Amino acid sequence: MSQVEKPTVIPLKHPRESLLREERLPHIWCSGCGIGTALNCFIGALEKSGLPWDKVAIVSGIGCAGRAAGYIKLDSFHTTHGRAIPFATGLRLANPELKVVIFSGDGDLIAIGGNHFIHAARRNIDMTVICVNNFNYGMTGGQVGPTTPAMAKTTTSPYGNSEHPFNLPYLAAASGAVYVARWTTLHVRRLERSLTEALLKEGFSFVEVISPCPTYFDRMNRLGEGLDMMKSYQESSEIVHGFDPRKADIDLRGKIIVGKFIDIEKPTYLDFQKEIQARVEGEPS
Amino acid sequence: MSGDIACAEGALSAGCRFFAGYPITPATEIAERMAERMPQLGGVYIQMEDEIASMNAILGASWGGLRAMTATSGPGFSLMMENLGLGIMTETPCVLVNVQRGGPSTGLPTLVGQGDMMQARWGTHGVYEIIALSPSSPQEFFDLTVRAFNLAEKYRTPVLVMADEVVGHMTERVTIPEEVPCFPRRKPEFPPGDRSSFPPDEDLVPPMANVGEGYHIHVTGLTHDERGYPVTDEVTQERLVRRLVEKIRGHKKDIIRLEEKGVEGAEVIVCSYGISARVGLWAVELAKREGIKAGMLKLLTVWPFPEERVREVASKVKAFVVPEINYGQIALEVERSAGGRAEVIPLNHMGGGLHEPEDILKAIRKAAR
Amino acid sequence: MKYWRKPLDVERIKVPRGRVYVIEERCKGCNFCIEFCPVGVLAASEGFNAKGYHPPYPQNEEACTNCGLCEVICPEFAIYSLPRDGKEEEPHE
Repeated sequence: MSQVEKPTVIPLKHPRESLLREERLPHIWCSGCGIGTALNCFIGALEKSGLPWDKVAIVSGIGCAGRAAGYIKLDSFHTTHGRAIPFATGLRLANPELKVVIFSGDGDLIAIGGNHFIHAARRNIDMTVICVNNFNYGMTGGQVGPTTPAMAKTTTSPYGNSEHPFNLPYLAAASGAVYVARWTTLHVRRLERSLTEALLKEGFSFVEVISPCPTYFDRMNRLGEGLDMMKSYQESSEIVHGFDPRKADIDLRGKIIVGKFIDIEKPTYLDFQKEIQARVEGEPS
Repeated sequence: MSGDIACAEGALSAGCRFFAGYPITPATEIAERMAERMPQLGGVYIQMEDEIASMNAILGASWGGLRAMTATSGPGFSLMMENLGLGIMTETPCVLVNVQRGGPSTGLPTLVGQGDMMQARWGTHGVYEIIALSPSSPQEFFDLTVRAFNLAEKYRTPVLVMADEVVGHMTERVTIPEEVPCFPRRKPEFPPGDRSSFPPDEDLVPPMANVGEGYHIHVTGLTHDERGYPVTDEVTQERLVRRLVEKIRGHKKDIIRLEEKGVEGAEVIVCSYGISARVGLWAVELAKREGIKAGMLKLLTVWPFPEERVREVASKVKAFVVPEINYGQIALEVERSAGGRAEVIPLNHMGGGLHEPEDILKAIRKAAR
Repeated sequence: MKYWRKPLDVERIKVPRGRVYVIEERCKGCNFCIEFCPVGVLAASEGFNAKGYHPPYPQNEEACTNCGLCEVICPEFAIYSLPRDGKEEEPHE
């Protein structure tokens, strides 16, 4: 029973609900976690993109962010750990009418799925990859991951992380992505705009979303609650469009450069396929 | 044509329009043929970064509405095991061909083996049933690949074709029919709308909506209820996994195909599959010439195992001789099914070559005494 | 509102007004909406919802410009705003 004084009349329908599996809410993410905000921005972007919803599919892997596929009312797939991208590759190539979006986390996409990530970017497969980066494995209780900053503490780096993290925009750009952006969950408007651009971009587009993980990473590193992290992004983040992704490393408590880093044109996998198809049809059989 | 080429052509005849793979001896010729033929037919060939990706790509392509296949051998088969499970759990029709070579590990890339038969049955984790077919000639490789696609659609499950290096590389005459049987995708009768999943039909197999048809399906590798939503509890697990197992077990009669030669009245049965069944048949003929009442039971379907028929035959014969190129895998199933009613003699070869018919004949002679 | 360069049409533009709706049971009390509302409309309520969180309420609704920031920053899909054009809309139940 709610003991809240009724502040206003009870609402009927959240505007995002046309794209949410509303019966599954509330979702599983912790209080102060940014994944819900990232999902919220993605839904906003999808609405703004004007893409026909019936032709958009979302594919997730495993982990906290991987649960997103279960809350979006689109054709949605919750695949195995790290495998969202190759699954989406098959889906995209089987039906060229589709727009395929991968929504997953840093561990899923970049550690166990890292090889698939770089190869999909290299092929310039037409897909949008949204990577919510919370610097650790949340679902399993806060272990060290491929984006955990050096010397940061996690449950499996209790004295500090002795590895260098991946700089995701640099990795994506070097692998061949045609659109690369990074925002934090504080930059909701810019993130939404960036996601809209990514959705409408032909080829492999990549958007990294820096998110608080108040339950594990932020607590282990004494960074505070989700709200503290959001406030810290105001101080620590700097918007630099066109920034050289090679220099976009993130250190523990360091500066976070955000913005649109890469937006280039180049033939996609399907462009080449069309050319090949024409070549085959031109040949005498 | 060679067995590998026959396999590719069988797939194309059956309507396969998506192939994802990774080069590996002795299955590479299937990929090469597909790379050549797919663009001619408006299909998709893609070489993925590894076999894990290949397996996932065919699952995605199947949901995209195409008949999809991959082909590999030992090490690649091991890499595919994880997402074979995803295919089973999400009830995704697709075909996985394993042209077996000698193992473990890199083993004998260019030479024959049949060591993956139990991996085919139990390779991915958890509780499940699987369908696996085994060809012993290029013609059978063609025919069984066609059949694999149809079983995959009918039962909404990945189907394995367990060939071997000799069958893959041998060249024989293959007859390609004008038309092959085609079991269409089981489409939902519900109109498109926000329906995340569909209840199973009477035969326990649910219809399947493809992506982009407006159903807004949800598909997960987690244990899920009939809406397709994850529910990780004992009751849901029981209901889902039991159905996944029963939809195959309950249709064994339809799935299992055996080729029997002289089984009635026989005293000794050679029971085998793939290339070993061919050598076995030769030995049976030699034994018959010596006056031994020998018969042949060739397993075209290896999984689910035809235990009922083996049990029936066991009550009428003295012994089974089971030649296979491993240390005794299907022999264990024959022994289990025979249940002590007849002796079971495993005839093991570690790989790299075939049994000598003479060796199988010796075993038949001994068993007949 | 302060501008560093004054828009030409600032006199003609009417500041939109909005009303905030809270789906209390979905709230997990992260306070993002309260902290980042540009005009300070929201505050945490005294009471708890069923999960034990204090959902926000519009303590200063008159200030709401229907900018929708609360709606998009909320990770729980628990808050949104709609335009208020002076007319009283149908009460939601």
